[in-house]
Order: sequence, then C-alpha cells, then structure tokens
Amino acid sequence: MKIVACIKQVPEISEVMIDSKTHTLIREGVPSIVNPFDENAIEEGLRIKEKFSGELIVITMGPPQAEEALRKCLAMGADEAILISDKTFAGSDTLATAYTLSLVIKQLKPDLIICGKQAIDGDTAQVGPELAEQLGIPQITYVKKVEIPEDKKNIILHRETDDGYEIIQCQLPVLITVLKILNEPRYPSIRGILTAKKKEIRIVKANDLKANSAMLGADGSPTQVINIFTPQPHQKGKLVKLEPKDASQEIVNFLRQEKIL
Amino acid sequence: MEIIVDQNKCNGCGKCVKLCPFNQIKIVDRLAIIDVGCTMCGVCQELCPTEAILIKRERLNAEDTSNYQGVWVFIEQYQGRIKPVSLELLGKAKDLAYKLNQELVAILVGDKVSHLIKDLTPYEIHKIYFVENEVFKRYTTDAYTQILVSLISQYKPNILLIGATNTGRDLAPRVAARLRVGLTADCTDLDITEEEYLLQTRPAFGGNIMAQILCKYTRPQMATVRPNVFKKFQFSSNSSSPEVIEVEAKLNPLSIRTKILKMIKEVSEVANLEEANIIVSAGRGLGSPDNLYLVKDLAKILGGAVGGSRAIIDAGWLPHHQQVGQSGKTVAPELYIACGISGAIQHLVGMQTSKRIIAINKDPEAPIFKVVTLGIIGDLFKVIPLLIEDLKKIKNN
Repeated sequence: MKIVACIKQVPEISEVMIDSKTHTLIREGVPSIVNPFDENAIEEGLRIKEKFSGELIVITMGPPQAEEALRKCLAMGADEAILISDKTFAGSDTLATAYTLSLVIKQLKPDLIICGKQAIDGDTAQVGPELAEQLGIPQITYVKKVEIPEDKKNIILHRETDDGYEIIQCQLPVLITVLKILNEPRYPSIRGILTAKKKEIRIVKANDLKANSAMLGADGSPTQVINIFTPQPHQKGKLVKLEPKDASQEIVNFLRQEKIL
Repeated sequence: MEIIVDQNKCNGCGKCVKLCPFNQIKIVDRLAIIDVGCTMCGVCQELCPTEAILIKRERLNAEDTSNYQGVWVFIEQYQGRIKPVSLELLGKAKDLAYKLNQELVAILVGDKVSHLIKDLTPYEIHKIYFVENEVFKRYTTDAYTQILVSLISQYKPNILLIGATNTGRDLAPRVAARLRVGLTADCTDLDITEEEYLLQTRPAFGGNIMAQILCKYTRPQMATVRPNVFKKFQFSSNSSSPEVIEVEAKLNPLSIRTKILKMIKEVSEVANLEEANIIVSAGRGLGSPDNLYLVKDLAKILGGAVGGSRAIIDAGWLPHHQQVGQSGKTVAPELYIACGISGAIQHLVGMQTSKRIIAINKDPEAPIFKVVTLGIIGDLFKVIPLLIEDLKKIKNN
C-alpha cells in the first residue's frame, strides 16, 4: 500500500502575540511545529503501513525551513519526504497549493492520501478537498476511524457529520482528512531521530513540474488578501472578586435581572 | 469557458458517454464529441480514465464578470429540515443582493423536500432552483458537487454562500476546485465594495488577526460562513412567493464513488451546542475529568448544553463535537458560562458573540475576563456548588 501524507509547518498559535503598537503579528521567536492534525495523518499512515506493509511518503509545500517539519515525520517513521519549495509558489492560496501538490502526487500514484482536517494557522480545511478534486479521486473528510479489509479492495471510514457520524465505503485511491480523535500520534524514537537526520529530502522546484505556470503561486490564486487588521478589543464587563457565597448570589441576581431565571 | 477533448489522449472508451448527466457526449470514430447542450458540469473531466477531457475555465475580465448575476445561498437540509445556518445566510445574502441590485436565489437540493419551499417563502427570495432526486437523499460529495457545478455553469451566479458545517466545508472546496474559482472559508463578515466585489472578512492565526479577501477575477465569488455568525433576519409577513424553477438531475449512479453504509445519529447527553440557548463550558481549570460533574450539573439545572475548551477536548475529557472555539464550534447562545477557561484567542473567537458571558476563574488576569458581561474572580470548586444549591432552591420555590 502506497500512502502519501500531506503536512504543513505552522506557527505554534498559542505563542503568537500581537505587537500592541503596530497591531501586527510578532512572528520572531514563535516556534514552528507540525500542524497537530497532520500528526494524526502521519500516525494513521504509519499504522496502515505497519499492518499491510507498504510505504509512507510525506509531502509539504513551503519555505526551505519546512524541512524541519519533514524531519520530524521521518523520525516518526515515514519512509520518504518531499519538500515542494520555490519562489514561484509564493503567495499560493488553497487552490494553487492544491494544484501544485496534485502535480507531485500524481507522479507517485498512491493508494491513499491522508491530510489533517485543517491547518491551525489558516483553518480553512480547503486544501484536502481541492487536492482530491484535482487528482480526480473521491474524498472523505472529518474521518474519525479507518478500517481496511484484508483484500485492500476498498476502505471503510467513519466520518463525523454535524449530527453524528456515517460509515462510508469507498474504493481506492481516495483522499481522507482526519480528526484528532482518530489516534494518538507517537513520539519519535531516538533511533528514528538518528535515521531521519541521515535521510535525504527530495526538493521539488517549479521547473521539475509540468505545470501551467498561470496556475501557480500568486498568479494562480483567485483569492487575494487586500487587508489585515487586529480584531476590535471588547468592551469591559463587570469584574468582581467576592466570597463564594456572595459570588453565587451575584450570578443569581444577574440571571434574574436578565430574565433568565 | 471551453471544453476540449485531447485527440491524442482519448481512446474512445465511451465511459464519459455513460456518465454524462445531460446526454451530451457521443463517440464518433473512437473519439468523444461534446454536444452544444454541455453544461460544463465537469463529471467527464473528473472521471475520464485517460485525462483526455479538459474544461478551460479562465480568468474573467470586467465584461465577463457582469454576465454573472445574483446572490445564491445553498440551502442545506438534513432529514427534511433546513439547517438554521442556511436561514442565517439568507438574511445576509438579502443585504448583499440589495446593495448589488441583483436577485436573491436559493438552491434547494434533496429527495422529497418540496415541503421546504414553503419554509423559504418568508425570506424574500426571488428564485428557488429546486432539484429533487433520490440520489440526493443523503449528502455525498460527488452527487452534490455535480449538481451544484452544473447549476452554476448554466445560470452563472455572482455570489454563492454555503454554511460552514461539516457538509458545507466538504462541498464548497470541491465545487470551487472544479470551477477553478476562489473560496473563502469561515467568513465572519461579508459586504460589497465600491467596485461591487464581495468583501470577505475572516479570522486567521487562531483569531489573532482578521484578513479581508477579494476574488476579483473568478465567478461565482464563493464563501462559507459558520453557524451563529449572522443573525436570522426579521422578514416581512407579506413577502411575495418566489419563482420556483425545477431542474432535472440525471446523475449516473456510477459517478458517485462513495457508498454510505450507515448513518448514526449521535444524541449526546446534552443538546446540540449550536442550537442551545444556554451553554456551560469547562476548561482546564477543572483539574480533572472527575470534576466535570460540576459543569454538567450546572448546565442541567439551567437547561443548557455542555461545551469545552480545546485543552480538555484534546485531553479526551469530552467528545470533539462539544468543543467550542476556532477548531471546534462557533456558538452564540443567550448565556455562556465559562468555568475554569483562561480564554485563549482560539476559544474566544468561538463564543465572543454570545449575548451574555459569565466567567468564573481564579486568575484575575485570565483573558476570558476581557469579553465577559460578568466576571467572577474566585474558586470555581467553591462557587459552582453554592450556585447549584441556590438555583435548586429557586427552582423548588
């Protein structure tokens, strides 16, 4: 079974601060991590590989430093890593990103493609479905359980819906996007880390792709960010420090006054 | 827009002839020929085994974009009920349509859903494109993408809004990618610019910043919006009936590549978060899942639902569908009580539009206090049991 996992290197959101004077993001010193949902994608890929044998290839598109995120995936147990990195790709929105990824993945001919449900910096959840479309294969999003029968002819997935979940059967190849509850990502072993250090990471440049250049980077991105601002701070409400008994009474009075009680 | 068959790649296998929902392809001399009635729905391009069919969807200039008219809302329904988010979107879409002086259009797709047309009448909609077929009984990506793409290609809307539910977030990017148009996820505001573009505002970096986005050169301009972001609008009772246009869909079952074996409705012990009037949420301040009963009991006596912060959901204290925040659900109840939640930005963006917010936290510096209506600095382990007692007394009287 050939599995491809798509990952993204993201800033650790909880560490992101806003410069109170310029109202811009302070990115210096903010650690970069593998997008948490993508770790579940890697973990699931590893489990399937271990059960059925095969290989897990991990792919990212990003700046040269995204190599660090790929090394972590290799340390977890991925067999190969590909970094799609070129100035031409700068400014790609989700559609252009998915297009670029699709060109590389088509050459690999995988049976299964796994993505995290969304990246925590953009939160769009769009690259997965847009990639599946451009690969011409079906997609199952919000997967919380994966079952593959012995004959590997198809795959059975539990997909979270807004009202519960559904059990879906699908032929391979398929692209799935996964939730955190799917599994518990493993920590890289010392041996894994050492092996990962020595592994070569394949770099893919724009020239390596048979791409329609009008579909790459900012040129190939129909969405255009025209403005960025920090959200309005909120009006301050009433803040009180009271003994527990009085605090409870304060809440009861508030609920009465607001006609909730 | 143009559809091209690559003569070098096409081997005349005829798969596209069988799959075309509109009977517009024939094989002549072992080559696929596309007829004039083609709606550019893209099914053949998607499923051609030799990738011989290409639909060219190019950037539009100002003249082309003016051919795209109308503000569309995709009406999401589940088991014969319209999802509230679709009605919230109709209110916003009506505003946008008014500013553009264009029609407000609803897209209703399903199986045996004609009774829902009546439910849409009060929303001052000009037109409803109505598609009824057994294949739409349950949501599948393939069937819904095909019908939406073919409606869009035929009737050319300017704007298309879709609710950012799990269904909408599965469907919208698939449609956008097939049409090769821009899509903005989880918008928190929508407006029309002076140049008559759709101005889309959305949070990024966990809500730390807001970005404003335009799609100048592709149509329709597509956006998804989460439930509870826009308010359902007050409609006038004397609105005239919309024009209902029934569109026939002849989808080939072979083009639907996924099979739903079973649907399981998960009735959690609490009400659906997005529809709850009162939500009591738990955070890491509760210390351990053993203490969740405090929050559950408080929710129970207030008749509310239980939510949780990302920290405790990630730790497995509560199931994912109870998560409030950027990576969970956006809620806007009448009353939101945050217990032991510090208030990371990513949580705040998911609940800050609640009508009233009470927070109980022992840390006076907790960011949650920046958004509260009433903030209690105190020990929740002491305050909540007393509060439950007080509420019980009131109830018993």
